[in-house]
Amino acid sequence: MTTTNKRGQVDRRTGWKEWLSPFFTSDLGIKWLMGLTGVGLLGYVLVHMVGNLKVFFGAEEINLYAASLRELLYPLVPNQSILWLFRIGLTAMFVFHIWAAWVLTNRSHKARGDIKYQAKRQYDAVNYASRTMRWGGVIILLFLIFHLADLTLGYANPEFIYADVYHNIVTSFERVPVAVFYIVAQVALAMHIYHGAWSLFQSLGLANPRFNDWRRWFAVVFAVVILIGNTAMVLAVQVGILTL
Amino acid sequence: MTAPTTLDGHVPDGPIWAKWDQHRFDTNLVNPANRRKYDIIVIGTGLAGAGAAAALGELGYNVKAFTYNDSARRAHSIAAQGGINAAKNYPNDNDSIFRLFYDTVKGGDYRSREANVYRLAQVSNAIIDQTVAQGTPYAREYGGLLDNRSFGGAQVSRTFYARGQTGQQLLLASYQALARQVGLGRVQVFTRSEMLDVVTFEGRAAGVVVRDLVTGEISRHSAHAVVLASGGYSNVYFLSTNAMNCNATAAWRAYRKGALFANPCFTQIHPTCIPASDEFQSKLTLMSESLRNDGRIWVPATPDDPRPPNEIPQADRDYYLERQYPTFGNLVPRDVASRAAMRMIDENRGIGPLKNGVYLDFADAIDRLGRETIEERYGNLFEMYQRITDEDPYTNPMRIYPAPHYTMGGLWVDYNLQTTVPGLFACGEANFSDHGANRLGASALMQGVADGYFVLPATISQYLSDWLNVDPVPTDDPVFEEAEQAVTAKIRRLLDIGGTRSVDHFHRRLGHIMIEYCGMSRSKEGLEKALDEIAALTEEFWTDLKVLGDNESMNQSLERAGRVGDFLELADLMVRDALDREESCGGHFRVEHQTEDGEALRDDEHFAFVSAWEWEGEGVAPIRRKEPLTFENIELTQRSYK
Amino acid sequence: MDIRLRVWRQARGTAAGEFTDYEANNVSPEASFLEMLDQVNEGLNDAGEDPIAFDSDCREGICGACGLMINGSPHGPQRGTATCQLHMRKFTDGQMITIEPWRASAFPVIKDLVVDRDAFDEIIESGGFISASIGGAPDANAVPVPRAAAESAMDAAACIGCGACVAACPNSAANLFTAAKIAHLNLLPQGQPERYVRTVAMVETMEEHFGSCTNFGECETACPKSISIDVIAWMNRDYVAAQWKNLVKTGQG
Ligand SMILES: Cc1cc2nc3c(=O)[nH]c(=O)nc-3n(C[C@H](O)[C@H](O)[C@H](O)COP(=O)(O)OP(=O)(O)OC[C@H]3O[C@@H](n4cnc5c(N)ncnc54)[C@H](O)[C@@H]3O)c2cc1C
Ligand code: HEM
Ligand code: HEM
Ligand code: SF4
Ligand code: F3S
Ligand code: FES
Repeated sequence: MTTTNKRGQVDRRTGWKEWLSPFFTSDLGIKWLMGLTGVGLLGYVLVHMVGNLKVFFGAEEINLYAASLRELLYPLVPNQSILWLFRIGLTAMFVFHIWAAWVLTNRSHKARGDIKYQAKRQYDAVNYASRTMRWGGVIILLFLIFHLADLTLGYANPEFIYADVYHNIVTSFERVPVAVFYIVAQVALAMHIYHGAWSLFQSLGLANPRFNDWRRWFAVVFAVVILIGNTAMVLAVQVGILTL
Repeated sequence: MTAPTTLDGHVPDGPIWAKWDQHRFDTNLVNPANRRKYDIIVIGTGLAGAGAAAALGELGYNVKAFTYNDSARRAHSIAAQGGINAAKNYPNDNDSIFRLFYDTVKGGDYRSREANVYRLAQVSNAIIDQTVAQGTPYAREYGGLLDNRSFGGAQVSRTFYARGQTGQQLLLASYQALARQVGLGRVQVFTRSEMLDVVTFEGRAAGVVVRDLVTGEISRHSAHAVVLASGGYSNVYFLSTNAMNCNATAAWRAYRKGALFANPCFTQIHPTCIPASDEFQSKLTLMSESLRNDGRIWVPATPDDPRPPNEIPQADRDYYLERQYPTFGNLVPRDVASRAAMRMIDENRGIGPLKNGVYLDFADAIDRLGRETIEERYGNLFEMYQRITDEDPYTNPMRIYPAPHYTMGGLWVDYNLQTTVPGLFACGEANFSDHGANRLGASALMQGVADGYFVLPATISQYLSDWLNVDPVPTDDPVFEEAEQAVTAKIRRLLDIGGTRSVDHFHRRLGHIMIEYCGMSRSKEGLEKALDEIAALTEEFWTDLKVLGDNESMNQSLERAGRVGDFLELADLMVRDALDREESCGGHFRVEHQTEDGEALRDDEHFAFVSAWEWEGEGVAPIRRKEPLTFENIELTQRSYK
Repeated sequence: MDIRLRVWRQARGTAAGEFTDYEANNVSPEASFLEMLDQVNEGLNDAGEDPIAFDSDCREGICGACGLMINGSPHGPQRGTATCQLHMRKFTDGQMITIEPWRASAFPVIKDLVVDRDAFDEIIESGGFISASIGGAPDANAVPVPRAAAESAMDAAACIGCGACVAACPNSAANLFTAAKIAHLNLLPQGQPERYVRTVAMVETMEEHFGSCTNFGECETACPKSISIDVIAWMNRDYVAAQWKNLVKTGQG
């Protein structure tokens, strides 16, 4: 635990262990890292979308892009090494983000106590997005598992061909249930981002009357862009703009 | 224990400006290593109580502080709005310690003890220094230096303020200083705990008996010294600007244990409060005196003028304060302003639905300074007014009326703030010491902090030094046993009356009697009438009161019943004192004694003294002792603010 | 006007509670909400029923004693208004009003609508002060305070410690209360020496009792002093910064 004595005098945190501990023990510390991983995940989702949009330029384009990702900096470094480094980082972010969500949610439930409000609450600031962060997150997680099985590993897609990204996307999204699930997931993600991309400034301590409205806009735009960009591909396949 | 007929305030010798220093030098000390051997009980966590508890804790004594509130931070001091005085002379307008002293003595209509007031003025500057260091966010000028405003009874700007929440910010500073000591383990705070009796042993204070307001449990606490900082008794009037729970029980119990009660009839009616709107009203809300800086007070020139204020042309308005008191204008002291308002209403020139108010108008100020400035200065007061009345003070003048607000009277204390019971001290509004017959605005906070932070911690060692290495009286001593039994018996008695009327019913009726006969103006026959009515009401209270519930859990009616029981006894004493003082001074206005233009007429020859009343027992008339007041530095004159 | 009430009654902390219905007839619209309850209690007392217990003291919106959940909103429907400043004219004739106590495991019910808020005192005791012992202060004007700093410090210092923020928060987080005090002291020059130890100590005491903020912003709208959740962000910033500052041996980095 931390080395606070309840006297307003905190012994200075000398060793790096004491220094890091708050980020894994204190709600504020955990929340701060959550914001940080949030930023990383936002970044990934955006870049990932931009890259994927290459499907509209045809199979060669996107397959080349995917290939170049795998061969990034090759032959300077062994093939796929950068990709794996990146995958490890990404996994770490997801794992911490989700662990944090889990821990903080439990602590809040404990603080709420067993006796909830007996009469109906009247909320003024809480909105659907902020209230569904936790379940929305779970949907995103489920999506992710399926998504990896589907487009990275191919278990969920009988017609999966390694490295033929274009083919995989089209064959996968042609299946109506899959398409529907993808779109649902994108909506969940967009909502998650609508609150998250605003909330992270708060958690990272970046609030100031000067740019507070601007934060709102940032979140809205981010969420909308991701929603449109990602669903566009699913729909494009469904309406037959993208075909084999 | 019987006190001497004339009391000695133990004022040190020497020139007024040297007394305090000399006294601190002459006072016996308790050396730092020995302080932890002393237990001190503090009743109250207002400015005076929290300040004293924090200061004593910092010095190293073991302190127990009690409050009936659920947190020390909620003491009534929190409600103070306008500001706090100090003789800093930052505005360079000729202020000085002596001027603050002079204004306060004059404002108190020459019924206060010079030496105490001078000391108050002397420490006033340290208060501002200390509270700034503790983080009180006082109003500042653009250069970052402290800002000042003017208050009634002064021609200089010496009032420091934090918006309209000065009391809140000062109390939070003391509360936080107290919290720090609690964290350090030097002070223990007992919240939701009401002190119901003082325990004395061989004539000195030995401890207190306390009721836990949550469980009803009665507990005993012993200490070397007991400090009462339990606030004022304006709630004897039922409707006052004081918080709902303010009461006189602590002070009254001390009085019944032999502490003398000084000037009980010196009460202050504050001129600028929001008029009552209906009979269910539970309290009156103050509109800070600071509003008189920019607001102009007027009534229609002709009685029963039906027109709404904004349609009454200047010609038909009577700015009566500016007319009657050209030099001080709207900033005359409170007692003067209140009586002037009362005269207007008696002349049927009162305004508002119930014709029970006068106008406080900001139109000119808004024209002169612009709405923004006014908003900056009084924004939260204007909001408060709008919330309560549903009228917009930016466009319509405020309606205001005088209301009971502060009690100058209180436990008699000497220069050391010690009552006539050795080891029993009184600080803040609970004592009588500094404001004479009328308190100037922004000087109660000053006294509360002064007593708590600077005076008591310095003077208490004189008494304590005699008890080094003597343990406090054990709580299983018979004196504690008796005290506890008395307390339990009274609680039982209240619960067992089984009458038909609620506590509030009696409190409300007591309030009517007091405001009618012992309020803004008092007359012999009125007061005599009051004596009978109070006696009758007391009789009825003890036979027809109905308190439900038990003593084993939270019982708010029971709490109030005990307090109202004491108010009834206190009311009787107030009226006796008002009858006894055959003169008018400050807030005490006897219609028999007034100048031809209706101002208070003092009788210095016969009444230049403090009345200190001594309890003689149930149903026996109390005895009045005197402390003669001598004025060596200020000559007594007819107060004039014209 | 006539009002129908549904009030939470609970004899003591350990007992089970339930809603009971009451009528409050010919209430004056000029009356405050608590005066309406006084009136109901007067009636209950006459009828031989135990009056409803609720906290209140100043009745001017400054002491923070009062605090009721009125129709699901802390301190009732009017923004920036404490329960005691709420007036019946804000309600309509014949309306049904439900009243509940604050609910959070750190605020156990004592009786009816009265809860125990001692946890707030503990947070202050752990560091919500400037350690300026009495006597040693320099002249009040020795350290000029930028007007803007004094003003924002005052905005935060306006907190009355009522607990509505916790009551409003779906996570029962006390971040607004704690952050308001931290902001008040950390914004002032006088507060700098203890800035980071204060922040860590108060935050960690807070976390022993209360939930974790997910930036719902509900506290801000419930706060009778309309304290902005910006202070929460500043607290988060100072808390993380404190880890650095305290790492560096000089304490202040
Ligand atoms: C609305 C209003 C505005 C004011 N504005 C100003 C102003 O602008 N400037 C100014 O100088 N003055 C002002 N005053 C006056 C000033 O606020 C008070 O006189 C002063 O704060 C009194 O402080 P205190 O510490 O003596 O008592 P209080 O602050 O009243 O504290 C009394 C304490 O004693 C405790 N207590 C009492 N009895 C018991 C008991 N039996 N057992 C346990 N605890 C007990 C209470 O719980 C409380 O903690 C104002 C007063 C009011 C009502
Ligand atoms: C690519 C996917 C994801 C992105 C871009 C993302 C982004 C974010 C962001 C930016 C925040 C705000 C952090 C803060 O306020 O400090 C956040 C919070 C949160 N996330 Fe995620 N997240 C993702 C996936 C997930 C997953 C998979 C879960 C859970 C299974 C999850 C659960 C949460 C929760 C519970 C919060 C807290 C809500 C709050 O702080 O307001 N998120 N997320
Ligand atoms: C409809 C929009 C999306 C499309 C078309 C899409 C497409 C793809 C494809 C083709 C791959 C495999 C790339 C390869 O193996 O070379 C992939 C991998 C991945 N996608 Fe998506 N994706 C979408 C949305 C998302 C979202 C919303 C997330 C995050 C929540 C996400 C997270 C991932 C991850 C983590 C991988 C694995 C990356 C890796 O192998 O290193 N995808 N995606
Ligand atoms: S922050 Fe607002 S709601 Fe919370 S305790 Fe302070 S005043 Fe009440
Ligand atoms: S409502 Fe709760 S979640 Fe945070 S912003 Fe306020 S504390
Ligand atoms: S009673 Fe003091 S804030 Fe409401």
